[in-house]
Formats: sequence, structure tokens, C-alpha cells
Amino acid sequence: MSAYSSVLTLDPVLPTQAATPTPRPRRRLWSALGRALLAWPFPLAVLLLWQLAATYEWVPSQILPSPATVAGTFADLWRSGELQDNTAISLWRVLWGFSAGATLGFVLGVAMGLSPLTKDYLYPTFKTFAQVPALGWLPLLMMLVGIDEALKIILIAKASLVPIALNTYKGLQNVPTTQIELARVYRFSRWQLLRHVVLPSAFPPIWNGVRYGLTHAWLALVGVELLASSEGLGFLIVYGRQLYQLDVVLAAVVVVGAIGWALDRVLAVIEKRLLRWRVEGF
Amino acid sequence: MTTASRAFRRDYRGLVPPALLLLFWFVAGRLGWTNPTLIPPPEQVLAVAWQYLGSGELFRALAASLARDLGGFALGALAGIGLGVLLGVSRWAERLLGPTFHTLKQISLFAWIPLLSIWLGYNDVSRVVFIAVSAFYPVALATFEGVRGVTRAQFEVARVHGFTARQRLTRLILPAAAPQILTGLNLGLVYAWLATIGAEFLLPAYGDIGLGDSVIRGRAAFNVALVIFGMLAIGGVGVALNRVFRRLERHLLRWRGDHR
Repeated sequence: MSAYSSVLTLDPVLPTQAATPTPRPRRRLWSALGRALLAWPFPLAVLLLWQLAATYEWVPSQILPSPATVAGTFADLWRSGELQDNTAISLWRVLWGFSAGATLGFVLGVAMGLSPLTKDYLYPTFKTFAQVPALGWLPLLMMLVGIDEALKIILIAKASLVPIALNTYKGLQNVPTTQIELARVYRFSRWQLLRHVVLPSAFPPIWNGVRYGLTHAWLALVGVELLASSEGLGFLIVYGRQLYQLDVVLAAVVVVGAIGWALDRVLAVIEKRLLRWRVEGF
Repeated sequence: MTTASRAFRRDYRGLVPPALLLLFWFVAGRLGWTNPTLIPPPEQVLAVAWQYLGSGELFRALAASLARDLGGFALGALAGIGLGVLLGVSRWAERLLGPTFHTLKQISLFAWIPLLSIWLGYNDVSRVVFIAVSAFYPVALATFEGVRGVTRAQFEVARVHGFTARQRLTRLILPAAAPQILTGLNLGLVYAWLATIGAEFLLPAYGDIGLGDSVIRGRAAFNVALVIFGMLAIGGVGVALNRVFRRLERHLLRWRGDHR
């Protein structure tokens, strides 16, 4: 176990496997309930303070509209369908960009992880490419491909490609050599080696890369929509900003945050399901 | 050991893809395959670089960007370490603030920009605050995880030795969590640089200088050579910052003795 965990700690972006002993179910239920309840006082206090600040006009409502106003605006935007339309457009862009970036990133990561020759040639270039933030490419891309959908898809793809390629590569590299040697002893075929040794061992870091990739994709989407778009959630934010309607801005920000959170949750839940075997193994 | 000695012998094969790209770029420009206003030949980018270096404009822009970057990073990192330690040390703080923190960190960073622009205006204050916010999250998260990783046995030894609360923090918690905190700081530095460029793009102030400002101005003037040069400079600074930080990290962690 210690050798294995030292391999794991080489990579800072690996998921941390909490090794808490499982208490009895009834106690676990109560403590989970307690935790859930304790999460609320702080945000509620902030919300209350915010509402008080707005009611007593400690800050002008132009600068900070009250939570009630924001909620009202949210409802208005929902009723008019503006919110759903823009959200759908944003999600659609992320879906396309992320699929393209994830596929390319996975292929690149596998190529570098399994073939040392490919790695020697491509890794330094890839590393440099990864260092230039996605947004750094924006001005150049804007001139080369214009400000259409292609720009958004390319940028989102780039943002998700990097962490996925990097984690796939690192995950494949970090497969413990002892396990590979054991498989050799048992004369595993190449396919068996991949299917039963490499993939199970490399899966957690790869999946973590997918999570990072999706988070980065969402980040890049909002960035590109703020700079160059006429639809989408980022545009809604810019639009509200231009009209000095902070309630629109805040409502859109809440949706951006909620979707970012939901995307990550979905992947976390899938991870838990896919890794059920792992818990049983120990 | 063999891998270490191989790393010392420079591996030039990694230079093959960029060299090929450069060659292709050059040949394409020479043979007129590309529209020179859209994709200027490499020598034109070089000329722009020379001009920028000569006039000192590059250094002024670089200094302005780096000052914003490091100022925001320092603010964000300090706040991040503070919150991370608090959440790591106190169960109550973790239960009360943790969920809010984990939810807020999901808000896409750039979504803060319009809010900051209204609250603080289009100026360096809002830029630095934005950079601080972007460095804050990774540092806080890593510090929290590092402090959580301090074992009960280590705490008990500190108790046996009668450490005061202050000693516990400076002699036990911070050194024990140092590797994770440094990883977080490294990530924070990467984010801060991304945010610096983002802030210069998205919070433009008239007459301000910075690498991002130069690139945006180059785009407005359709000066592709300037934009390409600016991007290379931005990437170069990112790589350099990372290198310097890695050095510093190794130096700071040398007491651990086990660092590669």
C-alpha cells in the first residue's frame, strides 16, 4: 500500500481517497443530516445581510440590487424563456467543444502514455502549448476564424484537451511496474494487459482529468462568451452589465455557478458508480 | 538513476515538431500559399519583436503585467492559506463555511468580471482583485487538504511538548502541509497569470499598459504579427514563472530530504 500511495502522490491532481472508517449506519445518517443543516447558517446570514443592506439602502440598489429583486428578475427571465434559450446555447457549445477536446486529448494522452517515442517528440511541444492559457489564443483565433461558433468550439476544445491529455498520459505512466511485471509473468496478451491492468489503474486519474477538463471547458465558455458572443449565458451577463442592470448580471451568474456545480456533481456521481469495484477491492 | 542521467543529456527530439511548424510557416509565406495580412511570415513577427524590444515597450508592458500578476497573487495566496488553515484546523469552521466555499468555487471565474467592473470600475484595483480571486481558490483548497493530512500522532507529539497555539501553527501545521500548500501556490500562480491576461482583455482601461493590453490593441489594429508575438511572450512568461516557482519549491522543501 505504501509503495502504491507514493506512486499516487507523484501526481498532484489525483483524487484523494478518504480513508474514513465507516461508522454504524444510524450514526452516519445523523451526522450527514447535521452536516447538511450546518451548511446553511452562513449563506443565509450573508443573504440576510445583503437583503438588509438593500432594504436600508446602505449601498445604492444600482450597485447591489436586493436578493428579492434578483429572484424576481430570475423569474422574469425564466418566464420570457430568455434564460432557458441562452442556457441551452451555452450548454450546446460546451457539449461540442468538450467532446472534441476530450477525444483529441484522450488520443494524445494515450499516444504519449503508451509510446515513449511519441512522448519524446511531442511532450515538450505539448507542455509549452498547455502553458499558454486558452484565453491567450483568443485574439489570434478571432482574427483567423472570426467570432462565429467555430471560435467558441475551438477554444473550449483547447481548454478541455489539456487536462485530459495530461492526466491520461500521467495515469498511464504511473501504472505500477510491479503490476505490469506480474501480468507479464501470467503471459497476458497485449489486450488483456490493457483491459485488466493498465485501464483499471489509470482510470481514476483519467477520470479526474475529464472532471478538470469539463470545469475548464465551462470556464472557457463563459470567458469567450463575455468577449465575443451575441447569445449564451456569458452574453446575458455582458448585456446586463451594459444596461447597468446588475440584477440580470447576478441572476445569470447564479445560473453559471449552478451549472458549473451540477456538471461537476454529475461526473463525481458517475465516478463513484464506476469505481465501486475499487472500494470492494480493499 | 538512469532516467535522471537521461534528463541531464538534453533531448533535442522534442524540438522537432516546433521546428517543422516553423519551417512550414516560413515556406508557406515564401511560396505565397497564405494571405500575408492574415498569416504574416515569421520574419515579420521577428521584426515586430525587434521593434518592441528596442523601444522598451515590451519591458514596460511586461513589468506592468507582472506587477498586477504578483500583487494579485500575493493577496489571493495569503487569503487562501488563511482560509485553508482555518477550514483544516477547525471542524466547526469546515462545517459552517466549507459547503459555501465549495459551491462558490464552481462559479466560473470570468463571471466575476462584470460584477467587479461595476463595483470597482475599470481600473487596476478591479484587475488585481480579480487576479487575487482566481489565485485564492486553488491555494485555499490545497492548504485545506494539506492541513487535513497532518496526522493525529503529529498533533499528539506537539501536545506532549507543550506547544502553544502559535507554535502549533508555525512549527507543525504549516511545515507538515507545506508540500500541498506549495502545489496549491503553483496552481494559483498559473491561474493568476491566466487571470492577468483575462483581466487585461476584459477590463480594458484606456491608456493602460500590459501584455494583454498590447495584444488586444494589436487585434484592434489587425496587426497579426503583434498578436502572435504577444501570445509567444505571454506563453514564455507563463513558462518562466513556473520554472522559477519549481526552483523555489525545491529550495523550500529541501529540509524534507526526500524531494526528487
